[in-house]
Amino acid sequence: MSKDIYVIVEQRDGVVQKVSIELIGEAKKLAAELGQDVAAVLIGHNIADQAKMLGEYGASKVLVIDHPVLEHYTTEPYVKAVEYVIKNYEPNIVLFGASSIGRDVAPRVAGRVHTGLTADCTRLDVDVTKYQDYLRKATSLPEEKIAALDTSDRYLKMTRPAFGGNIMATIVCRNYEPQMATVRPGVMAMPERNVDAVPEVITVDAGLSMDDMNVEILEVVHPEKKAVDITEAKILVSGGRGVGGPEGFDLLRELAEELGGEVASSRIGVDNGWIEKSRQVGQTGKTVRPNLYIACGISGAIQHQAGMEGSEFIIAINKDEKCPMMQLADLGIVGDLKVIVPKLAKAIRDYKESQKL
Amino acid sequence: MKIVVCIKQVPDTAEVRLDPKTNTLIREGVPSIINHDDKAGLEAALRLREAVGGTVSVVCMGPPQADVALREALAMGADEAYLLSAREFGGSDTYATATIIATALKQIGYDLVITGRQAIDGDTAQVGPQIAEQLGVPQVSYAEDLKIEDGAVVVRRQFEDQAHMLKVQMPCLVTALAELAEARYMSVAGIVDAYNKEIKVIGFDDLKDHLNPAFIGLKGSPTNVFQSFGKQAKAAGTVLNNLTADQAVEAIMQKLIERHII
Amino acid sequence: MDFKLDKAHLLQQELFRSFAEKEIKPLAKDMDESEEYNMELLQKMQKYGFFGIPYAKEYGGAGSDVLAYTLCMEEVSKVDGSTGITISVHTSLCCACINEFGTEDQKQRFLRPLVDGSKIGCYGLTEPGAGSDVQGAQTVAVKDGDDWLITGSKIFTTNSGFADTNVVFAITDRSVPAAKGLTAFIVDLKDENGNRPEGITVSENIERMGIRAASNCIVSYDNVRVTPDRVLGKVGGGFKIAMTALNGGRIGIAAQSVGIAQGALDEAIKYAKERKQFGKPITAFQNTQFLVAELQTKIDAARLMTWRAAKAKDNHEDYASYAAMAKLFASSTAVEVTRAAVQIMGGYGYCREYPVERMYRDAKITEIYEGTSEVMKMVISGGMKLK
Repeated sequence: MSKDIYVIVEQRDGVVQKVSIELIGEAKKLAAELGQDVAAVLIGHNIADQAKMLGEYGASKVLVIDHPVLEHYTTEPYVKAVEYVIKNYEPNIVLFGASSIGRDVAPRVAGRVHTGLTADCTRLDVDVTKYQDYLRKATSLPEEKIAALDTSDRYLKMTRPAFGGNIMATIVCRNYEPQMATVRPGVMAMPERNVDAVPEVITVDAGLSMDDMNVEILEVVHPEKKAVDITEAKILVSGGRGVGGPEGFDLLRELAEELGGEVASSRIGVDNGWIEKSRQVGQTGKTVRPNLYIACGISGAIQHQAGMEGSEFIIAINKDEKCPMMQLADLGIVGDLKVIVPKLAKAIRDYKESQKL
Repeated sequence: MKIVVCIKQVPDTAEVRLDPKTNTLIREGVPSIINHDDKAGLEAALRLREAVGGTVSVVCMGPPQADVALREALAMGADEAYLLSAREFGGSDTYATATIIATALKQIGYDLVITGRQAIDGDTAQVGPQIAEQLGVPQVSYAEDLKIEDGAVVVRRQFEDQAHMLKVQMPCLVTALAELAEARYMSVAGIVDAYNKEIKVIGFDDLKDHLNPAFIGLKGSPTNVFQSFGKQAKAAGTVLNNLTADQAVEAIMQKLIERHII
Repeated sequence: MDFKLDKAHLLQQELFRSFAEKEIKPLAKDMDESEEYNMELLQKMQKYGFFGIPYAKEYGGAGSDVLAYTLCMEEVSKVDGSTGITISVHTSLCCACINEFGTEDQKQRFLRPLVDGSKIGCYGLTEPGAGSDVQGAQTVAVKDGDDWLITGSKIFTTNSGFADTNVVFAITDRSVPAAKGLTAFIVDLKDENGNRPEGITVSENIERMGIRAASNCIVSYDNVRVTPDRVLGKVGGGFKIAMTALNGGRIGIAAQSVGIAQGALDEAIKYAKERKQFGKPITAFQNTQFLVAELQTKIDAARLMTWRAAKAKDNHEDYASYAAMAKLFASSTAVEVTRAAVQIMGGYGYCREYPVERMYRDAKITEIYEGTSEVMKMVISGGMKLK
């Protein structure tokens, strides 16, 4: 009988990635519901010193696989390492971060051990009652369907967006083990850290050798920032007449930088030459559907709305309480963007600092 | 060099809407397209052929209507096209899909297999690596540049914060990012030719000696859909007036954290 | 009887549509304002075979047909009427003359580079003093040994600003009516180094109301020497060539008209769905609904007439009346629909920020060139044997 939840910890250049800690936190909640434990699997080279920290965040056991072939990420040695853990420890559930590494290694592992894998999950449930609460609160599923669910079901219910986020699906893997998922970074809450916790640390020899590497790393490149297309951006900080001039857009740029987003504009900003045409949103500009659209000093003429009303979450900052953008926004803030925007940028910077591992 | 590109026909998800009454996807009138990443992979394959010679074959698993995706690939310049289509293949998850495609690829033959990184309908990014696993060949996913040097494949592999230049011997599999290569258009002459060519259909019977029926289709898939649903309609927004700047920032921060934006 | 496009035509339509949306539409406004066609765009269209659609592969063409050519004309004209006429004059006037009347040698030498995307063609018939009435033509070709020397001016020669090859018509015998005394010649407007050959001058662009991105100039000939291998068809057989080409060209103009009309209506509908007046979108008013219904009905009728003419030409049936009817109806539809599109969009429709004012300006010419609406009625009634 397989048991326990294993989190495959992702490290880059010896630094544990935040998503792995988020997963340990989530795994701990699920493990409590299942009456199981959480194990972290730390794979890399010269990384054993990170093991205790994983325990402090909630892993009761840390498996360390340390080998020179694991120094830089390549697929095959990492797959072998995880495969070894699954075959020898028989976990019930294995979780990976849905990063470009997690989504490379996990499907190959699932193929090798012949089990199911659910990609890029945004929610995990074991307890059906909690899952039902979620369905009632956040989805459009009718009550009769929700009430009909079998509350004794203890399988992992893996929920993820599909069709470009137009629909959500919950996936289960009932006939194969372990149940595996990659989980989107930033979705699960960071757990509390308990510096007194001491995990059981096990050094595992997965039988790796340098010959396991079937690709050759010629070079590691740190790329420069590429030219942007605002239709691709997940976050847009957009300015209108209220920005007042090109220097107003500097404030927006600073905020966009902190959010990892891009700056956009209504037609006014472009017509006045405050910003380039390629960043114009609206009927005669581009149509955007970002996850977050912050409209700063944009009144929200219909021509502008046509280009951004599909945004998932809209925040408006404007002095005019009555402007159309306030009606459209999910959160409208009546106030002076020139004061609020820089303060917001600083608040985000401080918050990110406080969240560092 | 025989390059095989796996493509998927997908609904243009930018056009997909949810029926607010039934909570099902409105597929009607939504155009079907070749998945973006796959099309970039096809373009990269055509450029490799132009640079070093060889042939480009295209493989698509799907219903008979996926024929048009293969015609488009031929019209862009692919040499031959295969449609993997059978009732038994329906409902396959990524593992089962990879099993079918890998089995077909063993019959078709390949030196370099290119797939898209992920499809815009499923967004899993799993089929490419799982095909490689079943073929037992090395994979390089997230390719943003691809060339042949001294008979080996050289790939620039993207990570969130960096990139690796990787060299890998054939046979191997590469998964393409949409930015790998901007796809050419079909040519008018290419379309005329595409409809004069035969698309080879590979069905269950063609593969059955090498395919365990227990591992394909809906029943052979390790994962199953438990529920699917739309998100709840957006609630009306809130407008906050008479806040100090600090209170305003706090209100925004609360939303950003709540929505996992930061 | 089947009014549906087959799969190969649907895929070609998809190509033309996506190319027009992504490549032409973003440039249309700038090209109109600068009154200059974008050469990079032109070369891209050549590369994908847009300039040789209905011509045989053995001559370097795409091997498709006239129906596909109308699909191309409609889709490009939806976003830019200037692109429509640029392709049309090359394809269904210049190339058609050589394809239908050229010798094998002429097809290999002159048609191939035109349809394989290396060269651009134009067609010189209209003169400052001779439009619908070719009898007034003043351009002459006189014998000099075996060669001919051409002298005269051709006006409104579309593509001539950048074209390589001109099919030009000149009077070779003044003693007979133009129908018997006109001869067609294939003349290079550029030598192998891209320079203007001696005796040929091409004017600056003529300033026009619409289709302003298209090149449209006066081509003047001063004793331009032409060798006998460049005589197209028979000496004195030019009138038939000119008229045959125009009959076919009208299918292209009809398709261009359908495109301009559909493009304008689509823009107006998109706007009307978003624009709210009196608390609801304009499309919620029955006045708008009825108007749009009527306009779309006319566009559909025009499209079907155009396809009928194209299919008749593809099937080598007599298509002259069909083409004239299609052009007559489609061009007046284009003018009506674009005018209505501006009206639906109100003040914004009149602004250059939106494309419908350009489409309104572009539409008018379709009632004039390649035979005016009045000439179309002459052709149609002529075919009805009323006299």
